[in-house]
Amino acid sequence: MTFNYKDIRKDFPILDQKVNNRPWIYFDNAATSQRPLVVVEKIHEFSLQTNANIHRGTHFHAIKTTEAYENARDIVKEFLHAKEREEIIFTHGTTESINLVARSFCERFLSEGDEIIVTEMEHHANIVPWQMACERHHAKLKVLPFADNGNLETDLLESLISSRTKILAIAHVSNTLGTVNPIKEIIRIAHNHNIPVLVDGAQSVPHITIDVQDLDCDFFAFSGHKIYGPTGIGVLYGKRAWLDKMPPFLGGGEMIDKVTFEKTTFNELPHKFEAGTPHYVGAIGLGSAIEYIRKIGLENIAAYEHQLLTYASDKMKELGGMKFFGESPNKTGVICFQLDQIHPFDLGTLLDQLGIAVRTGRLCADPVMDHYEVTAMTRASFSFYNTMEEIDRFIDSLIRIQKMF
Amino acid sequence: MTIEEVQQAIIADFSVYEDWMDKYTYLIELGNELVPIDAAYKVDQNLIRGCQSRVWLQQKMEGDLLIFEAESDALIVKGLVALLMKVFSGRTPQEILDAEPYFIDEIGLRQHLSPTRSNGLMAMVKQIKLYALAYKQILSQKK
Repeated sequence: MTFNYKDIRKDFPILDQKVNNRPWIYFDNAATSQRPLVVVEKIHEFSLQTNANIHRGTHFHAIKTTEAYENARDIVKEFLHAKEREEIIFTHGTTESINLVARSFCERFLSEGDEIIVTEMEHHANIVPWQMACERHHAKLKVLPFADNGNLETDLLESLISSRTKILAIAHVSNTLGTVNPIKEIIRIAHNHNIPVLVDGAQSVPHITIDVQDLDCDFFAFSGHKIYGPTGIGVLYGKRAWLDKMPPFLGGGEMIDKVTFEKTTFNELPHKFEAGTPHYVGAIGLGSAIEYIRKIGLENIAAYEHQLLTYASDKMKELGGMKFFGESPNKTGVICFQLDQIHPFDLGTLLDQLGIAVRTGRLCADPVMDHYEVTAMTRASFSFYNTMEEIDRFIDSLIRIQKMF
Repeated sequence: MTIEEVQQAIIADFSVYEDWMDKYTYLIELGNELVPIDAAYKVDQNLIRGCQSRVWLQQKMEGDLLIFEAESDALIVKGLVALLMKVFSGRTPQEILDAEPYFIDEIGLRQHLSPTRSNGLMAMVKQIKLYALAYKQILSQKK
């Protein structure tokens, strides 16, 4: 398919604006993506016409809202190729999804002296909840390292696994290095030792088709706002066999079956893990975002983004003094880099002055900073609504800034 | 020059630049000219919280005057630091406590640095004032 970005950009009116008197270039897509008009309109229309609390009322709009919310669950189920709709839990985002598992799974299955494995390239959201669980249960956190080129040292996994390993938590795609990890292979290795695997899919869902049954992962977490949906909504997929055995995460309304002051019994999946009024507007928006990208086709999106990545990488290499962090041959449209000795803060400030949004700082991944012995990085991340012309302007801006130092 | 005169001079210096990129070029120049602080002072204890880049602030009393030395690993921030040094270093604690660095607003720096960055700048001003307050008390106890 030839990708007509001019049509695509019409779907994202936010991109058509000036920042500091220059047409705005948004290269911070790994932090959050922009929302297409259909998603904004869906949320707007819903708020104006249908709002009522779900699962509780017998009245017209309560039923309509419940249907819309549960329909969004079906859309997510299809999107992830999950076996059952009850395996889809709506959360606030990836962070809450991981915290849910770190809390509930570990409460049931983690004991003193047990071990959890994460990788060196994780976002803090896939480190800290496990660290907290280890502290609660006096367990140990082990770390699978990555090589300087950004590839995981998968060969070392077997040596990290022991009879005490209870769960492995790993990013599908690194938010700094862009590396697409061989999670199917890693899951196979873990399963050989009967160890379940949680996949942090925050950075993969916008680019890679996910089939949780084919991957055979036990848990999969992602956020709505990174996949052209609203903020405040996310998903946890979990195999029913695990979710059934895990105690509830939060207590409150909707997640209960019967409450007396002596004893509360809990509702069935997925409601057991959705305490309180869920962010149903967000879920409906997310459903609409998924339908939007399905229409365009994730394969088309990925192919075009790969062109952007290759084009940008090649052009950036031509600049002297460019150092890349993460050069795996298998990566998404994320480029972390250092230009000469220019501090990322300076570079980010000047790029912003030239109308270009990039991310600078520690990128919620201190261990990655430590690996390369840097205090900060600059990250440009692309989406399918970005263009080659924008990359040209980005390169010109880098050249201009380079001359200032 | 008094603090007031230094602030006016900075405002005049910046008024010649119309394009923001030129203002940043000037800030980078100022950053490059700033005398680096002794490596021994580049320790966590002297780090200013709230900055995306690292900023170290070191102080000492010479007679009645409070002397500051500061540095950052980012050049634009170093330029901002150089401006603050011009304004606040080599003053009595009372002069520092009485002064408001209004030049930051006047040259448009506050609006051109995002809230987190601006917080870093403000955190530094706050730290300078805290030192001034502490030394003022020490001086009054000596008298």
